[in-house]
Amino acid sequence: MTGIGVFFSAIGRRVIDSIWRLGYATRFMALTLLRSGTSLTRFSLVIREIYSSGVLSLIIIVVSGLFVGMVLGLQGYETLKTYGAEQSLGVLVALSLVRELGPVVAALLFASRAGSAITAEIGLMKTTEQLKALEMMAIDPIARIVAPRFWGGVISMPLLAAIFSVMGIFGGYVVGVVLIGVDDGSFWSQMQAAVDVRHDVINGVIKSGVFGFAVTAIALFEGYDATPTAEGVSRATTRTVVTSSLAILALDFILTAFMFKGV
Amino acid sequence: MDRTALDLWVGVFVAAGLAALLVLAFKVGNMSGFKMSDAYTVTAEFDNIGGLKPRAAVKSAGVVVGRVSQIAFDDKTYEATVTLSLDKRYAFPKDTIAAILTSGLLGEQYIGLDAGGSEKKLASGDRIQITQSAVVLENLISQFLYSKAGGGSVRSPTPSATGTPEK
Repeated sequence: MTGIGVFFSAIGRRVIDSIWRLGYATRFMALTLLRSGTSLTRFSLVIREIYSSGVLSLIIIVVSGLFVGMVLGLQGYETLKTYGAEQSLGVLVALSLVRELGPVVAALLFASRAGSAITAEIGLMKTTEQLKALEMMAIDPIARIVAPRFWGGVISMPLLAAIFSVMGIFGGYVVGVVLIGVDDGSFWSQMQAAVDVRHDVINGVIKSGVFGFAVTAIALFEGYDATPTAEGVSRATTRTVVTSSLAILALDFILTAFMFKGV
Repeated sequence: MDRTALDLWVGVFVAAGLAALLVLAFKVGNMSGFKMSDAYTVTAEFDNIGGLKPRAAVKSAGVVVGRVSQIAFDDKTYEATVTLSLDKRYAFPKDTIAAILTSGLLGEQYIGLDAGGSEKKLASGDRIQITQSAVVLENLISQFLYSKAGGGSVRSPTPSATGTPEK
């Protein structure tokens, strides 16, 4: 074959391979959802996963939320001061956190903190043939290992995002009101007038739920599909963080386009 | 099944998450503020609504008494038909005046209701007869310049400030 032929067949192989993987991932996801019954009847399995992906992510979420909010407070004040609208600082901090930064940044942190851990854990289980051993004992690894981790992630993510937003608003309050001296009353009252529960808060929760679904599903599949070698697990972990970060940002654009059509 | 230390931490986490959601709903959002328990709708026609948006506030004496639920264009009269949903708790006389006002110099626009003296009250589906359109800043300025150029006396050779479309 000529050079061009090799080039095109390499592209074709990659395309076919990725579509194959996509189909496999979809079937894997469907199986996980179908075999979630065990997670509900033995909820302690899910609780253990909420602990490892939710509770253990709390510190990074709380600290980064605080700092993001404080930076928003400083930057927002600098800009709003130009227009004499410092009182709107609360609106700026709350809306940007509740609508965008809370769900998105919390999900990015969740992907790198919890998603990578899930992939590494399941990848290593596969490498050391623990998943095969479970199958030998007639225990379905998808029902016993994958589904509880999935539900643990889906439940944790919205809670983490809400905690992130609240910590961020608190950080903005500390910088804006306590340190800079924006009026306390108008900080809160303008915020309450501008933030709509259904339009802003509920949509933010929906976003973080979707991100939690996407991140955990990607992490689980990458772990389950990892090449069973040390290098394979490390590559799968990297892929989890990259793919889920891209998925979060792309999904965020799609969801925002649906939720806030500029009306 | 025994209680474990794990359950405690997960419990703390879930409680913190739910508390955060409640804070978002009540302290950050406006769940605790104005909510429409029972509403009735009235319509009002304006020559020009300026920058009025659906969900804008309807205020009387500065108090929020309802929301703008719908804005439509009537191609018979070439006027804007604004549907207001008002809280059932507040009844207004038939000859109430609806005006589109601006909060502050550049703030958002809202509808102000000025109660009239009629004995009869507005009912659901009624139309507010007397309305005052939004003030369009460009028209005001051009009117002002025109009157200045015309020797200082206030004439109004330009179309009324409310009659022309914005921009």
